[in-house]
Amino acid sequence: MSCRRIKSLLVVGFGLFAMLFSTTLLANEKPVVAESAKQEVSEGAPAKEHAAKEEGSFNVTETILEHIKDDHSWHLWGHTSIHLPVIVKTDKGFEFFSSGKLVNEHHEPIVYKGNFDYKLMEGKLKIVDANGNIDKAANKQFFDLSITKNVASLFVSVFILLVVLLTSARAYKKTGVTTAPKGLQSFMEPIILFVRDEVAIPNIGAKKAGKYLPFLLTIFFLILVNNFLGLIPFFPGGANVSGNIAFTMTLAVCVFIVVNLSANKSYWEHIFWMPGMHWSMKLFLAPIELIGVFTKPISLMIRLFANITAGHILVLSLICLIFIFKTVFASAIAIPFAVFIGLIELLVAFLQAFIFTMLAAMYIGMATEEHHHEAHGEHKDLAHH
Amino acid sequence: MLLEINPLVLPDIGLVFWNTIAFLVLLIVLGKFAWKPIIKAINERESGIEEALLKADKMKAEITAMQNENEVLLAKAREERATLIKEAKEASEKMVAEAKDKAKSEYERIIADAQLAITQQKNAALTEVKNQVGALVVEVAEKVLRKELSNKADQESYIQKLADGVKLN
Repeated sequence: MSCRRIKSLLVVGFGLFAMLFSTTLLANEKPVVAESAKQEVSEGAPAKEHAAKEEGSFNVTETILEHIKDDHSWHLWGHTSIHLPVIVKTDKGFEFFSSGKLVNEHHEPIVYKGNFDYKLMEGKLKIVDANGNIDKAANKQFFDLSITKNVASLFVSVFILLVVLLTSARAYKKTGVTTAPKGLQSFMEPIILFVRDEVAIPNIGAKKAGKYLPFLLTIFFLILVNNFLGLIPFFPGGANVSGNIAFTMTLAVCVFIVVNLSANKSYWEHIFWMPGMHWSMKLFLAPIELIGVFTKPISLMIRLFANITAGHILVLSLICLIFIFKTVFASAIAIPFAVFIGLIELLVAFLQAFIFTMLAAMYIGMATEEHHHEAHGEHKDLAHH
Repeated sequence: MLLEINPLVLPDIGLVFWNTIAFLVLLIVLGKFAWKPIIKAINERESGIEEALLKADKMKAEITAMQNENEVLLAKAREERATLIKEAKEASEKMVAEAKDKAKSEYERIIADAQLAITQQKNAALTEVKNQVGALVVEVAEKVLRKELSNKADQESYIQKLADGVKLN
């Protein structure tokens, strides 16, 4: 009952805040719009600049993408942001410098002269020639290994995970196993048990689950923490790590490697020469199964990326409604919806971590399963789902 | 390139690089210092709980067995008690009966003795009476005879009379 009251209070609070905020925004409409237009001039392509100027409003797509994309600086508030270090590898070796040198005092990208001329082109660091255009030949040998916003956020999540899990591991060592878990330990234990009993053991089997459990737990917690950090709109969060294709790709590749390294003979046999089938069917199935080997991790990669990115876009779009309609009353609809979607995102954050781990466990289970020859039909079905 | 259409689906090499390092560090450090002790501890606790449950079950079975044994013992004891009581009752009844029999026989014997004594005394008394009567009769008869036989004639007639009475057979 009281929980519901707090919830409605929160909604009212958000609504009031948004209303007050948008009133001042309306009062100062002209200068704010002018400023945002100016910002877009500095960042957008020339054609977009024109459009933005003509409309006299801000570009929703640009705003949303800016929040979802990676960045070289971590925005804190107002005009304050952390300039993250840039690390680049070219054919002339490594170079380190602050990303603060890539922008001027108006946050406009400028050319930084190192071994090459570096400039931010649409948020990405590129080597440019004397005319300020992308030098395609030089960019082939160019690797941007900067600590970007996502990398920094990833490090934050790694730090959180190490602190939390090593603390709870110490609690087990200290209190032993005879006492009931306490504090942080009692919070982590059900999640660990959940991964073990609902994810690892049903899919891999109790005998082999122990071997893959550390891998699955690490994947699960890494995704979970990054999903939650992505939902926090301000500093320690705010980066969209688990909604970044590079992040999901790395994890998917790890799953791919683990699955194929642990695959047994019967798994490969079921891919290349499906037992219990006519030879023509075997020839037909082999390429399909082979494609399946690659589509499984690719589906993992896309599912996590798309779900988290979509959630962020949804919340941002709802907030942007206020600026699109330029009215106080839009917040009456936009804010409750944004809060509602935010709550759903909390669920999705857990769900996607669970699904990723669940499917990884399932693929490992399929690769390590001991096939019995009387149950072929069933296994084939599993392989296709 | 086709992928360059949307920067969202173009993975940055930098993030892939750092992410791989971060994941491997997490996997190794957590695997060694977090997952291993935690899972070990949880497994230990679970096996401990299982053991304790098994032990409790065993104890329960033992207690039940003991209870059954107790009941059997109790039933046995009850039976024994019943038999003992029955035996004691029988014994006492037998004793009472024996005592009664004995008393009866004693009583009969005493009565018989008494009767015997009475008969003897009666006989003795009768004998004495008879003897006294006999003596009296002899005395009287003597006196009578003395008087009768004071004269000779009478004496002879009397002898005659007696002689007549005695007949030779």
